[in-house]
Amino acid sequence: MGLIHDADAAEIRQRLAAMVEPVKLVHFTQELNLEYGREAQQLLQDLVGLSDKLSLEIYNFLLDRDKVSEYAIDKVPATVVRDGKDPGIRFYGLPAGYEFSTLLDAILSVSKCDSGLTAESKAKLAQVTQPVHLEVFVTPT
Amino acid sequence: MRLAHRFALESDLVRADCIESTEFPELASRYRVYAVPKTVINGQAFVEGALPESMFLDEILKHINAPKSEP
Repeated sequence: MGLIHDADAAEIRQRLAAMVEPVKLVHFTQELNLEYGREAQQLLQDLVGLSDKLSLEIYNFLLDRDKVSEYAIDKVPATVVRDGKDPGIRFYGLPAGYEFSTLLDAILSVSKCDSGLTAESKAKLAQVTQPVHLEVFVTPT
Repeated sequence: MRLAHRFALESDLVRADCIESTEFPELASRYRVYAVPKTVINGQAFVEGALPESMFLDEILKHINAPKSEP
């Protein structure tokens, strides 16, 4: 195991045991000129090893232009969390620290096909008629 | 961050990016990110801080339903 310590791996494996449907992580990297790119890729490779329901696809931002276009990726490292369809969930940068927990949450939500939102929020979101792009800026903690 | 992703999962029209500010300083600077979390809505409006689910969603909906400002 590389970036995930054994004790953490056991806890993560336990959390991922609640997965229902398979989830695919689609990762875009650009090996050169990236401070965190290699780390992000290693972290994801470690993570998918902790559940049979998790898989990882890796593409190169410069070479795999069809996939870059398909997922509308404009910067790297980028990670898409998807099941049979792409729900529009992206992580840009190394999903470490608190954001690693956010990544696990996204994986579980996608796997269960359940946003976990209140009925009121679901009703409001059902009324949305135009595309909404949310970019949430965070820092490593 | 979790909420934005959950909104994306719930609605086909919503997509949500979690962006590590320190790895994308130019983008963070363009949107004047001085404190986190900061949410940029359709590249135009902002929500600062972590809000409860209903408040966060109401803020987002308020902005997308508002008349477009002149560029």
